[in-house]
Formats: sequence, C-alpha cells, structure tokens
Amino acid sequence: MSWNAFATVAETKAALEAKEVSAVDLAKHYLDRTAQLNPGLNAYITLNPEKTLSEALSTDNKRSKGEVAPLLGVPIAHKDIYLIDGWRTTCGSKMLENFVAPYTSTVVKYMADAGMVTLGKLNMDEFAMGSSNETSFFGPVKNPWDTSRVPGGSSGGSAAAVAAGLAPASTGTDTGGSIRQPAMFCNLTGLKPTYGICSRYGIIAFASSLDQAGPFAQTAEDCALLLNAMAGFDPRDATSLDRPKEDYTRDLAKPLKGLRIGLPKEFFGEGNEPGVLKAVEAALDVYRKLGATTVEISLPNVKYSVPAYYVVAPAEASSNLSRFDGARFGHRAKDYDDIVDMYKRSRAEGFGAEVKRRILIGTYVLSHGYYDAYYLQAGKLRRLIAEDFKKAYEVCDVVIGPTAPEPAFQFGAKADDPVKMYLNDIYTICANLTGQPAMSHPCGVDENGLHVGMQIIGNYLDEARMLNVAHQYQLATDWHKKHPNI
Amino acid sequence: MSQWEIVIGLETHVQLTTASKIFSGASTAFGAEPNTQASIVDLAMPGALPVMNKGAAERAVKFGLAIGANINRRSIFARKNYFYPDLPKGYQISQFETPIVQGGGLTITLVDGTTKFIELTRAHLEEDAGKSVHDQFDRESGVDLNRAGTPLLEIVTEPVMRSAKEAIAYAKALHGLVRYLDICDGNMQEGSFRCDVNVSVRKPGEPFGTRREIKNLNSFKFMQQAIDYEVRWQIEQIEDGKKIVQATVLFNPDTGETRAMRTKEDAMDYRYFPDPDLPPLVIDDAMFDRIKAAMPELPEAKCARFQSEFKLPEYDARLLSLDSATAKYFEDAVKSGADAKLVANWIIGELSATLNREEKTIEQSPVSAEQLASVVARISDGTISNKIAKTVFESLWNGDGKTADDVIAAKGLKQISDVGAIEKIVEEVLAKSAAQIADYKSGKEKALMSIVGMVMKASAGKANPAQVNEIIKKKLG
Repeated sequence: MSWNAFATVAETKAALEAKEVSAVDLAKHYLDRTAQLNPGLNAYITLNPEKTLSEALSTDNKRSKGEVAPLLGVPIAHKDIYLIDGWRTTCGSKMLENFVAPYTSTVVKYMADAGMVTLGKLNMDEFAMGSSNETSFFGPVKNPWDTSRVPGGSSGGSAAAVAAGLAPASTGTDTGGSIRQPAMFCNLTGLKPTYGICSRYGIIAFASSLDQAGPFAQTAEDCALLLNAMAGFDPRDATSLDRPKEDYTRDLAKPLKGLRIGLPKEFFGEGNEPGVLKAVEAALDVYRKLGATTVEISLPNVKYSVPAYYVVAPAEASSNLSRFDGARFGHRAKDYDDIVDMYKRSRAEGFGAEVKRRILIGTYVLSHGYYDAYYLQAGKLRRLIAEDFKKAYEVCDVVIGPTAPEPAFQFGAKADDPVKMYLNDIYTICANLTGQPAMSHPCGVDENGLHVGMQIIGNYLDEARMLNVAHQYQLATDWHKKHPNI
Repeated sequence: MSQWEIVIGLETHVQLTTASKIFSGASTAFGAEPNTQASIVDLAMPGALPVMNKGAAERAVKFGLAIGANINRRSIFARKNYFYPDLPKGYQISQFETPIVQGGGLTITLVDGTTKFIELTRAHLEEDAGKSVHDQFDRESGVDLNRAGTPLLEIVTEPVMRSAKEAIAYAKALHGLVRYLDICDGNMQEGSFRCDVNVSVRKPGEPFGTRREIKNLNSFKFMQQAIDYEVRWQIEQIEDGKKIVQATVLFNPDTGETRAMRTKEDAMDYRYFPDPDLPPLVIDDAMFDRIKAAMPELPEAKCARFQSEFKLPEYDARLLSLDSATAKYFEDAVKSGADAKLVANWIIGELSATLNREEKTIEQSPVSAEQLASVVARISDGTISNKIAKTVFESLWNGDGKTADDVIAAKGLKQISDVGAIEKIVEEVLAKSAAQIADYKSGKEKALMSIVGMVMKASAGKANPAQVNEIIKKKLG
C-alpha cells in the first residue's frame, strides 16, 4: 500500500470513507514507519502493535457493518499523560515507569467513541514540566527538522510524531504552552481550547487550574475535526463546562473580511529574535490581504504572566504530585527504614531534577506565612490579566503575536538555566492563567530556516472563530504543507 | 480544685448518612472487606478527580438551619496537605477559610435542670481518611481505604464549656440533634460520631490557659474519664510549677490516662490552598428553599407541642422529645388510642429500664408502640392492674402473644371486679386471720395492709385492689 504519511486527518477520513484504505492498512503503515524512524527521534515511549491492530480491525468491521462514526479508523497517538486502560502510562517519569493504567481518560474515550485508533503513547517532559522535552526519564525527543534541536515541550513527542509522519495527529496537554510551543518548533497547528472544554479526568494532573487537553495536526481544519471528538461535558470533572456539543468546523469557510486583529505591543518588543518578528509581520500582511484589519492594543499586566505562573503551577503541582508516594502504585525504593524513609527514598529516586525543583518551589510558596504573598497575589494577577484581555476584545476579535520569542533551540542550550527556559513560554502562559483558548499555526521560517509559529488567542469559547482564522490563512499559504526530509 | 476554672471546646466529626462518598460514587457502608469500597478516586489513582456529592451539602445545610447558623451560600474546598499512608492523595479535601456553616449554637440541659447556650464557631464539610492496620501483618502495616472519602461534618464549638458535665451534655445534645435531623446514624462504636475535646484550665478571670486536645473519643463515658484525668493532670503540672505545652493527646481507656501524641513543635504546616479541582460549593435558592421546607420538627418545638397537645408535664415532654425515635414511639402509641400521660410513664419507666438492661435502642424494642398502647389501654379500662400490666409487658417483650388482650386471655390475667367473687375470697382469708383482725380492731392500720396482701395473693393478683380494700373494711365494720 502506498500512503502519504503526511496526509491530513481530513484526507485520511475521506480515504477511509471511500474505502480506498482500511484502518488496519493505515495502522500498519504508521507502525512500520514508527519502527523505522522512532529510534532516531524517540517520539514514542510505548507501542502496543497488537492492541493497535485489533482496534483498527474492529473499526474496519464496524464500517463493513455499516456503522458510522466521525473519525472511524483514523489513527491517533496520545501524549503519555493520558490514562488508557491496559496501556502503560509513564508521564515521562521513572516514578511511573511500570504503571499500567486501570481506566481510560475521558478524552481518549471520546476519541475512541468517534472511531479513532490508538497508535501509541508519546514522549513528554517529566510530568509535563519542561519546554524542551529534555526532562523526560525516557530521554529527549529529537526535532524531526533538525535532530540537534529540541522539539519543544512538554508535548515534544506529540509534535515530533506528527511532524515526522509517525501519526496523522496526536493529543497533547497545555499548562503553560506545552501544545503551542512544540507546534511552532515542529511546524504544526496546535490548539489549547478554553479551560473546561476538554475533560481532565484521566489526565495526570500537573497544575489543575491551568491544564487543558488539545490536538496537534497538520492543519487548522484537522484541529477542528479532532476537537469535535475531544471536547464535551464530563460529569466526572467538576471543572468541565456543562454545555451542548458544538461543531468546530462550522465557521472554517467564512471569509476574514472585517476581522479585527489585536496586536499587543507587549508581544512585539525586543525580546523576540528578529527572524521571528519578520515572519509574523509577513503573516500579518497575508491576513490584511484576506480582509482583516489590525489594531495595536496593550495588555499591561501580561508581563506578570511568568512570575504568576511560576507560583500557581508549582504550588498546585506540589500538592498534585503528593499521591506518588510509593504506597499504592509507582516506584517504591528497595530499602527503607520506616514509612517516612520510604516516602523520601521513593520520591527522591522516582522524580527527576526539574520535578523536584517545582515541588520545592510549590511547597515553599504554600508554606504558612507565605501563602498570602505568593499564591493569593498570583491569583490577583490572574484576574488583572483577564481584565486586560476583556478590554482588548472590545476593540478586536482575536489577539495575535508570535508563539515563542525564538524558534527551536539546540539541546542543552537552556538546560542549565531554568529561568531562561521558563522565559520561552512568555507569550503562551497568559492564556493558561486566564483560561482562554489559544493556538499556534505555522507562519514561516527565520533566517536559519527554523520554523516560526503565530499564536492566536481568542475570547472564551471562541475556538470556532480562531480555527476559521487559521484555516483561511492556510488556504492562502503553504507553510503548513512543508515536511521534514526523513 | 475549686480555685481552677476548666475551659472546654469540642470538635465533633459527624459522619453524614449519604449512601456514597463525598467525592466519589463508592459506597459508605460499614464493615465491608478491606479496600472493596475504594474507587479510582478514593485510591487517588493518577488522573482521578473529585466530584461533590450534593447530598453531603444538603445535610450540612440542614444542620446549619437547625442551629440557627449562617449558611455560606458559596463555600470553598481547600486541600490540607500531609503525607500519611491512609491519606492516598497526600492531602485531605476540607474547608478552611470559608466553611459552609458559621455561627449558631444549641441549648443544653444539665442534670439539675439548668440550661446553657453553647455557641458554635463553624461546621465544615470534609472527607474522612482511610484506616491503618498495624496488627495483622508481620513487620508491615496494612491500609484499608474503604473509609477514605466518607463525608464528614466537623462541628466546632467556641471554648464555652466549663465542666466535663457541660461537655457531655453538649455532646449528647448534638448526638441527639444529628440523629433527629437524620444526617448521621450516631453509631459511636462504628465511628460515626467522634469527639476531639480541647481542655485547658485557668484561674477565674485570667486569660485562657494553654490547651491540650484529646483526640477521637467515641463514647460519652470515655469523654468523662478523659476530661477528668486531663484536668487533674494539668492542674498538677501547673501547681508543680510546670508549664502546659500545647499538644494533641490520646486517651487510653485501659489505663484511664491521656498521653501526648505530638506537641506543637512538631505540628505540621498543612499548606492549605483552595482545591483547584472543585469549584466553589454553591447552595442556590432552589436548593436552600427545598431543604428549609423539609426541615423536621426540632426537639425544642416538639417538647413544647407535647406539653400543649398532650398535657404532659415539662419533664416528661423533654425526655420524650430528646431523640426522634423515642418521640415517634410515643406519638405512635398515643395514635393507637392510649392515654398520653400513662404512655409517657411507661416509656420513661418500664420500657427505658428494660431497654437499658437489655442494651437495646428504642428502634430495636421487641414491644412495639402499638403493643405498649394495648397494654396501657387495658390499664385505663380496669381490665388489668398496673402490676399485672408489667407481667403482660414482659410476655409481649418475650414474644408470647401479639397484643395485651392475647396475653391476658392466654394467661387468665383479667382483673376480678365481681363483688361476689371478691367477697368469697375475703371471707376465706378472714376466717384464717384472727390475729390480724384483732390487731386491726385495736387500731393497728398496718394489719389491714397485711390482710389486703393476703387477699391479693389468694386471687393471684387479679382482684381489683380498690374493691378488695373496700370490702375488707366493710366486713370488719
């Protein structure tokens, strides 16, 4: 069978529906390609070809019985933070090296209900803490465009797998930019929906008030198709939004005439690499040609995003990660004197350096006497940033800027300087703090040929419009059609 | 000891009667095989999330309304972080800064009949921990998570009690109230109602002394013993010139002593913060109004009604309205047609004594309210005497017969009120009682009682005592 590994989800769906290809053929194709290329990329942590093929066969059987589902037989790979019953789920950590999930996360279940076939579990920064995939216990993921560079993080495996054609699409999670930044680094389209759109049930928690699931794909249209499957109310997640399902593809074809794009001056400053700014400016010209107008806006409190985030995220993480104590599941030290010693050794051995750093920061900021100065204060900043955006949407429909200030960097370039690493998420973090939807789409290359992403930050629940904006851009350009030579 | 004033405040953990846990769908039933009632959420599996059980919130609101407290229509769940094997998440979900119930209080009645209003600080919702088992495995401990996630309402008083007696009276009143409201089964052996008692002593007029907290008392008797011991111990310490160190202590029922578990120095920093997995708990108007409309009649109101509706003395009314099961038993018996005051006497007297002796609750009484009513009815209409009624009651208790009439018929216990029949027995007795007759005639009233006793004995207790008296007096003219 000949199959284009870079086929979009929409194309794959059409081919399956036209019976030009079977789900089993597709699964085999991606599994074969993965067997060949994954050793060099390290995008997947766990594969289970037997399970994958049996799932594929079952969707083929359904089709032959006349059953229909929106994405019946379309393969998908999941970030290894999603629990899938019977699949090893490591979260990129030694702590969960041998943990087999006893139940399935809601998002994976919804996607399986839509007919999707699981290809495998994707590499990630340990417990989703990192921006380069260098903190994974299973080793770093290589950027398929340049294997000396990072794929971004924390959903680095999710980005690399789709960019290298090891899966037509993947899931990620985004706590501070973990979908959008790797999407930029690997020339993909990635979406973090509004907080509460996708259930967090069965996704290993990093920072509960910031975590949100979302898709990686070649195109905005694919992201819309995937979000249709992923999103939906879940009574098992108390923060899930109880609202009717919507069709995120409904506005894709709308022309952009009259669209008002807000350009925050804070996103276009000196911190950006010149090549990144140039690519974004060029993309804005495309938008103007498509009928959009741009307006300069200001988000004065956005500069507090990184400090607020590095209080809230570690605080919640320090508590969320307490359950990994070696008592019921996960890594337990071999020798220990008593219960406290067991906790200490198991956690010291099971967690990597970055995870420990965040637990320490989080424990500190929640300590008696510091709570008001840090956590409470960070909560106030979140509200101020949300106010800034609220004002901005009075004069614009979407906010646009670069996804990250610089493109994919070399391995080791920031590994020794956590603050430098944290600043890579300077534009993405604000949408997690406010809960707004945000996405990244390819918009060019810098002078070194490294890919640049454009971030679209929408108002709450405005995913359909953002996808429309990105889709119209992709109809007019072909940056998203470029694939690495592998 | 009189120069010392005792200061006591209570924190009571009341297990709510929801069928499932506060944040998961697992059952709360007591006594299941270890870890068979622990869901993914209770086991704190990665990715598991809590979802609020509204039934627990309803019960908390019910309690708040009953004690005249302020109901926070928007309360916040917080995480209390610490590591322990029976705490699977590494934090307990509780309420910290904004509890669901604030203020309010309840009136207690002491044995001498005086009353006192006990102010409450707050009542908040939280989840229970699991149970560590240290004695079943060699060199290892087990953990049973069946109890993990069981809904609790922690009810906290101000430090307003001044004696062990007041503390016990409060605990009993609270115990009665939560059962009244049907929000807790009150089973203290199974841990459904546990008290932590904060005790300190001071010279009257001085600021509060340093307190020590006696943890997890699950019987009123132990509470009394523990407080008595603790107070004595604290006074001795101070009189010996030592300082009291704030501490958490455990009471050992075998030795009758308290022992420090941990002091303030090793107190933990719980790093409370609002739980990001749970939105604020909102009690909307519809829910609030529904709970309010469904509030049961409370003890005070019931006591007043028993006095006005059934003309009971206050003492009887108060005893009968103390717990809802007794009140219901009383009203059921009266509904069956029995005289209210007589029923009250029987419940407070014979029934309570028998229940106590047999260690049964009134719900477990083998004699139903309707059966007791049938006994009382036969006393009222003169069919049996009070004394015979006790025999009938005993027979019903033992299951011999369904109604008082069954027992009276089967055992021939019907009172003899026929004048001719009684006269016959009296004549037989008098014929053999020359000495007593002589005594009586010489003015010894006691001799009459002795003759009455003999007649009653001869009639197997069935003769109407009033008639017997009258006939003897007439015969001896």
